[in-house]
Amino acid sequence: MNPANPDDAFNSELSRRRFLRHAAWAGAAVAVTVSGGVLTSKVLGQGSPAPKAEDFSFVQISDSHIGFTGAANLDVTKTFQGAIDLVNSLPARPDFVVHTGDLTHFSTNEQFDQVKQMLSTLRTGQVLVLPGEHDSTDDTGQKYRQFFGAGTQGDGWFSFDHRGAHFVGLVNTINLQNLGHLGAEQLAWLEGDLKRVSSETPLVVFSHMPLFAMYPAWGWGTDDSTAALSHMRRFGSVTVLNGHVHQLMKKVEGNITFHTAAGTAYPLPHPGDGPAPKPVVLPAGQLHQALGIRQAHLVPGRHGLALTDQDLP
Amino acid sequence: MSVPFSRAAGLAVAIGTLAAVGLTACGGATHAGTKAAAATTTQAAPTAHAHAEAPAAADQPAVATSAVTIDNFSFMPPAIKVKAGTTVTWTNTDEEPHSVVSSEEPMRSPTLAGKANTFSHTFAKPGTYHYNCGIHPFMHGTVQVTA
Repeated sequence: MNPANPDDAFNSELSRRRFLRHAAWAGAAVAVTVSGGVLTSKVLGQGSPAPKAEDFSFVQISDSHIGFTGAANLDVTKTFQGAIDLVNSLPARPDFVVHTGDLTHFSTNEQFDQVKQMLSTLRTGQVLVLPGEHDSTDDTGQKYRQFFGAGTQGDGWFSFDHRGAHFVGLVNTINLQNLGHLGAEQLAWLEGDLKRVSSETPLVVFSHMPLFAMYPAWGWGTDDSTAALSHMRRFGSVTVLNGHVHQLMKKVEGNITFHTAAGTAYPLPHPGDGPAPKPVVLPAGQLHQALGIRQAHLVPGRHGLALTDQDLP
Repeated sequence: MSVPFSRAAGLAVAIGTLAAVGLTACGGATHAGTKAAAATTTQAAPTAHAHAEAPAAADQPAVATSAVTIDNFSFMPPAIKVKAGTTVTWTNTDEEPHSVVSSEEPMRSPTLAGKANTFSHTFAKPGTYHYNCGIHPFMHGTVQVTA
């Protein structure tokens, strides 16, 4: 397949089969191609000083939960390795890989060290990491930042420009009371960070917990996300990629498109399906279809960010 | 102090939001024999920003005990009452890890799981203290401390 043409990839027989296989699973996972609103400098940026967005791809992986032991996945290290191998086998080397949190299950030094070593084997230009609540709950993320805090600010948030797009990583897993939480300091930082970015610039935001109200009864939302999103409304296109919920879901709110991601450890129930978000034990042989990686493709002048979710082989 | 009012308002918001999400996010897919593709919602529902209180913790009468069991993603009993100076102990019986944190009392347990599944805290001053699980923040409990 031609990685520069996501529609071809999506319509290919391979993808169609994968689509059907996904659809046969519990209902969340599917290959998705997205046009998250008008994204390109061609349409919005004519005559503007915005840098021209270039064609490139990156990969999102999430929720590896190293240290988890349970029937839902008897070997989370093996499935995480499977995800890394899948990334390393992609025809186009991703410019970077972002892990959107819950690296570990218990945030021990050994687990952080293991994840860091495994991530270092990724064939990519850079690895970016956000904490999940499993990585940051017992010490407000201090151990996490010892391993992964270099080059980040505050509790571990970050931003960078890459080939004409602007990327932001937000931390919403510390000091939780009902839902995810960003906090005043991070919100002030975000406002200042985005002020420097032109509205024509494609904006991609990473977080662990959803920035939309996916299912507040299970904490699947962020209590102060409205303030964060208010700083993003002026952009032509915003894509928010999060983890935490171990399943795929898409939601569109105006110029902002949210995509939750599959994990590499185990599936969680669909919102409200059962009393609590407990790891789901699937019948033998079905686990890999509930796990996966996400390739994101920035295609200027066309669809903008195109996502392809691949399950583990 | 407006805390009780904001909590009540937050609860109402949470219930409303919850119902909306239940309709949009789940649709009929959850119970369908053949599951549909990725659940997709396109309407602009407001993002929840409620500091909601879980109904279980707030509405149930406080039980006089110093032992709380964490079972099936719930603090049981969700509301307890003790005398000042009492040490309260939480025991996690779930396979999943949980913790006990509070913004109203300087209390933050380590992650409770496996053999290290208990946490104790002594409440010195009378008052009502809300707490939650730091990993699953929708899990709530209260400790009512009497003189």
